[in-house]
Amino acid sequence: MDIVDRILKGDKRAVARLITMIENDDTSIREAQALLHPHTGNAHIIGITGPPGAGKSTLVDRLAKSYRKLNKKVGIIAVDPSSPFTGGAILGDRIRMSDLNTDQGVFIRSMGTRGHLGGLASATGEAVKVLDAFGMDKILVETVGAGQSEVEIASHAHTTILVEMPGLGDDIQTIKAGIMEIGDIFVVNKADRQGAERTATELMAMLELNTEPLPWAPQVLKTIASDSIGIEELRKTIESHYTLLKETGHLAIINRRRTKDEFLAILNQEVTRHLLKDIVDDSQLECLVESIMNREIDPYTAASQCMSGFLKHR
Amino acid sequence: MSETRIRVLIAKPGLDGHDRGAKVVARALRDAGMEVIYTGLHQTPEQIVETAIQEDVDFIGLSCLSGAHMTLFPKVMKLLRERDASDIIVTGGGIIPEDDVPALKEAGISIVFGPGTPLEEIIDFHRKAVRKQ
Repeated sequence: MDIVDRILKGDKRAVARLITMIENDDTSIREAQALLHPHTGNAHIIGITGPPGAGKSTLVDRLAKSYRKLNKKVGIIAVDPSSPFTGGAILGDRIRMSDLNTDQGVFIRSMGTRGHLGGLASATGEAVKVLDAFGMDKILVETVGAGQSEVEIASHAHTTILVEMPGLGDDIQTIKAGIMEIGDIFVVNKADRQGAERTATELMAMLELNTEPLPWAPQVLKTIASDSIGIEELRKTIESHYTLLKETGHLAIINRRRTKDEFLAILNQEVTRHLLKDIVDDSQLECLVESIMNREIDPYTAASQCMSGFLKHR
Repeated sequence: MSETRIRVLIAKPGLDGHDRGAKVVARALRDAGMEVIYTGLHQTPEQIVETAIQEDVDFIGLSCLSGAHMTLFPKVMKLLRERDASDIIVTGGGIIPEDDVPALKEAGISIVFGPGTPLEEIIDFHRKAVRKQ
């Protein structure tokens, strides 16, 4: 298939077009996805999340430059929110990454969430695969400005970085469930601001409460991304984390679990698409909805009756 | 909920620091349901074209208030041709004298939105042009 050849030969336009087709849910790309699959599985996926304005994009820019000095190819996916009303979006993460635009070893793609919750777009995972097949060594995925429960990035990345900044709340915030649990590395950015030390200490105190023995003890680092301070140390910490995942066999475990989850999700979709009509046809469906509306039957019982009817006639 | 979305790059080539107009247009296109990539100030034509390719946009809107449009806009068009990306529709805006418009169109700029252009007109242009593609 033409687009796959072009991607494997390094054509950025083909990469960009395929990502657009993924975003538009174009099912005609299944063949391309199949052909790319053998070329995936080599990239280190690094997630960068944290509240709006913490400095994620600037940090991504500096990290990418740091990797470029080592001649690593870097793919970046930067997600910003889509409007829940119009579907439109302002995708502005590239503003902080201008110098990377013309670097041949970098590919940046901005993405609107298009109604997907969790901090990413529904196309993000597949777009990461395209960049992986394109030969990117490091793929940096920047989430939308995240709140407390936007934790989806942790199920896509190998290394998750939570970017915080001074002055966002007291130490109660650090013991809350959700986003505070997903960081492999915690970064206190804007560390020249008042309260940085305290924020870092609070994060460390939170991490000391971890009782489960983890192969990796999450680290807390301080950076001033706009001045490129602390970036090398961050990169080295990311690399230590990745090395540890590989050496302890955890990377293989993570990848296997994700592959299984992904396959089951796809299978689930296919099963639903093909069998739903056999289980309940359109007219039956309308009748059942009517009965449920009239409180003659509850939806659980109705579903269970449909299913046993289907299984009996097989 | 996924569907085809119009993607527009709003770019500020050259050295002027006035991006109010660019931001107003970006916001209007957003409110019209489009995905707008905004690159910030001081972009070179090379950066703009590379961004447009990686983002797979349908349109590039160039905003220039420095008076350098006669150099910068045609440079963008030339680079697009070199990258085999002439299918991307390019519009211009900013302080652009009427007399320069024919030459810009000759260079491949589809339309120039001068000061005072109603936002509706800009939105309409994008919707109609993408349908023709």
